[in-house]
Amino acid sequence: MDLALLVTLGVFAPLLGAVIVGLSGRRLVDLVSKSITTGLLFFSCAVAWIVFSQWTWGGLEAFTVELFPFINVGDFQSVWSIRIDALSAVMLVVVTSVSSLVHLYSWGYMAEDPDKPRFFAYLSLFTFAMLALVTAADFMQLFFGWEGVGLASYLLIGFWYKKSTASAAAIKAFVVNRVGDFGFALGILTVFWMFGTIQFPELFPMIAAKAGTGWVFLGHTWSALDLAGALLFVGAMGKSAQFFLHTWLPDAMEGPTPVSALIHAATMVTAGVYMVCLLSPIYEYAPVASAIIALTGAVTALFAATVGLAQNDIKRVIAYSTCSQLGYMFFAAGVGAYQAAMFHLFTHAFFKALLFLGAGSVIHGMHHEQDMRKMGGLWKLLPVTYAVMTIGTIAITGLGIPGVGGLAGFYSKDSIIESAFASFTNGHSVVGLFAFFVGILAAGLTAYYSWRLVFMTFHNKPVWKDAHHDGHAHDDHVQADHAAHADDHAHDDHAHHGPLKPHESPPVMLVPLLLLAVGAIAAGFVFAPWFIGDYEHDFWRGAIFVSEANHVLHDSHYVPVWVKWSPLILTLIGSFAAFWLYVMKEGMARRMADRGGIVHGFLYNKWYFDELYDVVFVKGARAVGDLFWKVGDVKIIDGGGPNGMAWLSRKLAGGLSRFQSGYVYFYAFVMLLGLAGFLAFAIYTWGA
Amino acid sequence: MDITLQHYLAVGAILFTIGVFGIFVNRKNVIIILMSVELILLAVNINFVAFSAYLNDVQGQIMAMFVLTVAAAEAAIGLAILVTFFRNRGDIAVDDASVMKG
Repeated sequence: MDLALLVTLGVFAPLLGAVIVGLSGRRLVDLVSKSITTGLLFFSCAVAWIVFSQWTWGGLEAFTVELFPFINVGDFQSVWSIRIDALSAVMLVVVTSVSSLVHLYSWGYMAEDPDKPRFFAYLSLFTFAMLALVTAADFMQLFFGWEGVGLASYLLIGFWYKKSTASAAAIKAFVVNRVGDFGFALGILTVFWMFGTIQFPELFPMIAAKAGTGWVFLGHTWSALDLAGALLFVGAMGKSAQFFLHTWLPDAMEGPTPVSALIHAATMVTAGVYMVCLLSPIYEYAPVASAIIALTGAVTALFAATVGLAQNDIKRVIAYSTCSQLGYMFFAAGVGAYQAAMFHLFTHAFFKALLFLGAGSVIHGMHHEQDMRKMGGLWKLLPVTYAVMTIGTIAITGLGIPGVGGLAGFYSKDSIIESAFASFTNGHSVVGLFAFFVGILAAGLTAYYSWRLVFMTFHNKPVWKDAHHDGHAHDDHVQADHAAHADDHAHDDHAHHGPLKPHESPPVMLVPLLLLAVGAIAAGFVFAPWFIGDYEHDFWRGAIFVSEANHVLHDSHYVPVWVKWSPLILTLIGSFAAFWLYVMKEGMARRMADRGGIVHGFLYNKWYFDELYDVVFVKGARAVGDLFWKVGDVKIIDGGGPNGMAWLSRKLAGGLSRFQSGYVYFYAFVMLLGLAGFLAFAIYTWGA
Repeated sequence: MDITLQHYLAVGAILFTIGVFGIFVNRKNVIIILMSVELILLAVNINFVAFSAYLNDVQGQIMAMFVLTVAAAEAAIGLAILVTFFRNRGDIAVDDASVMKG
C-alpha cells in the first residue's frame, strides 16, 4: 500500500473511532466501544512504527501529504496536511504507542465505570488531535491540534464530572492554558506579520535573512524573531506546564490515571517541547528567546523537583516529576541541544507512562487510595507492579554508568546535562552553567523523590493493615451496582466493609505495563546513537535546524570526566538519602514531616503558588472588578449618566415647577416682566 | 400752568401702574383684579385721547370708543365668569384660585 495513504488512514483512524463510539454512546455494548477504539489505535500504532522504522532504517524521505485547504483568507493560507519527517515520526511513535497501551490498560482500570464509551471516545479524540498537532505543516493546523488536545484534556480531567474537585481542576487546566494560548496566537500573528506566511516549508528558509531585524519600541530596538520566539514559548509554557503556568498540571491528576499517563505525562505536555524543536529555525536566530526558554526550563526543573519531595499523593509526586522532566527538555532546547530534548521526550514518554500506569495499578489494587502514607509493604501483593515501577524509577533517575550504559533516562538526561555544560564552555548559551548545576541538582532530587515513592508504596510496614480503611473491599469479579459508579469515591457508597486487601491488577493492565517497561529499559541504548549519537545527522535529516555556530550537541560528547559522573553521583546521593530516611530509619521522615517546619511547609504547599495566584489574580481580579463596579460603574457611569441625569432633571423640574404657581397674578407679573424685558431689548437694539 | 401732553401721559402712566400693582399686590379679591384691568384700559384710553388731541387726529378718539366698548364687554364676561366661579367654589379669594397649578 502507498505509504501516504497508509499514514493518512493512521492519522484519521482515532478520529473515526472517536466519532463512532462518541456518537453511539451507550447504545453500543461496552465491549464493542472498547474494541473499536482500541483496535483503531493499534492500527495507528502499527502505521507509526512502520513510518518510524522506515525513517530510521529504510532511508525514507521527508514528505507532506496535502489533504485539503483548511483556512484560506487572502495571504493567510492554511492547508490540512500530514508532514512526515524525523520529528513527526518520533512523535507519531510516542503518541500512538502510549495511547494504544493506555487504551488497552483502561479496559482494566475503567472496568467498573459506566461511562466507558465516553471515556474511550475522549481518549481517541485526544489522540487524533495530538496526531494532527504533530503532523501539522503550518501554524494553523498546529494551533488546531494544540486546542484540540487542550479540549480533550479538559474533557478527560473533568471526566468524573460529579466530583467537584475534578470539574474545578478541568476548568483550571483550561483557563491556565488560555493564558499560554494567547501568547501562542500572538506569536503566530507575529510570524505571519513578519513573513506573510504560516507554512513551515515556505517560512523556514526565509528566517535567516530576517535575523537581527528589529522593531523600535520605547526607544529600544527589539529583535523581532526574539519577540516571536518568546511569544510562541508562552504557548509552550502553558501546554507544557512550565514555571508560572504549571499550576494546572498537579490538579489535572483529578482525572482518571490512564488519562494522566497519556495526556499529562507522555504526550500532550510534551507538545511544547516538540514545538520548540520544530521551530528550531526560529530559535536558532533568537538567542534571547532561547535564553528565556533555558532559564524557564531550568527553574521549572528545580522547582518541580523540590515540590515533589514533600507530596504524599502518589499521582502528584509523578505529576511534579513530569513537570521537572519537562523543564529538563526545555533547557536542553534552550541551550541549543534540540536533539537531546527530543530524545528525552522520547524516553520520558515510556518511563513516565510506565510510572503513571504503575501508580494506577497501585491505586486500583489499593481500592482507590492515593495517599502514599496509607500504603507500604505492597511488593509482596503486587509483584509485577513492583517490578515495573522499579524499572521505571531506575529509568527516570537516570541510573547508569557513563561509558557503559544504563536504562532509558540515563542516556537522555545525561545528554541534556552534558549539553548544558557544553553550551557554557563553548559560549553558546548564557544560562548554560546555571542549567548545568540545576540539572545535576534536580537529578539528585529526582532520585530522592522517585525512590521515596517506591519505598513508601512498596516497602516498609504495611500501614493499611492497622488503619481501618474507610473505603470498601470490592472484588473485581463482584460488580454490583454498576450504575452508581460515577467516580472513584462513589464506590464507597456500597462498601463491603471489611479489611482492605490489596490485589494485583488483571493481565489487561499488566501487559501494557510490561511493554512500557521494555521501552523504559531499551529506548535509551537502542536509540541513543540515532537521536544524539553518531548517526544523529542522518537520523534528523534537516528536521531540526542547527546553525553553523551551534556545536552544543557535538561538544557535549567531549565534556570533562567530572561532568559526566556528576549526575550519577548526585543520583546516588539522592537515592541513598531516600533509602536512609524511608527504609533504614523507617518512620523518621514521617515524624519530620509531622513536626512541620518552614521548609517542609513551603515545599508541601508547592511554594505557595496557588495561594499567590489566589491573592494576585483571583483576589486581584475581584478587587479590580469591585473597583470598576462600585466606582467605575455605580459612581462614575451610573452617577454621571442615567442616575445623574435623572437627579439633575428632577432638581431642575422641581425648581421650574415653582413657576407654575397657578396664580393668575403671578403669570401676569411674569408676562409683564417678559414684556418689559423685550421692550428694553428692542429699545437697546434699535434705538428709542 | 398749562396742562400739556406730558401731564396727560403722566396721569395715564400713574393709572397704568396703579392697575398693574392692583393685579399683583392684591391677594384678596378677584373683583379687584377686574377693576385693575379696567384701570389699565382707562390709562390706555387717556393716552389715546391725549395723543388724539395733541395730533389733531380723530382716530385716537375712535379707538378710545372701541376700547370702552371692549372694556364694557370684558367687564360683563368677567363678572359672569366670577359669578360662576363663586357658585362653584363658594369663594373668590385670589390666593385660593390656583386651579391652573395642575
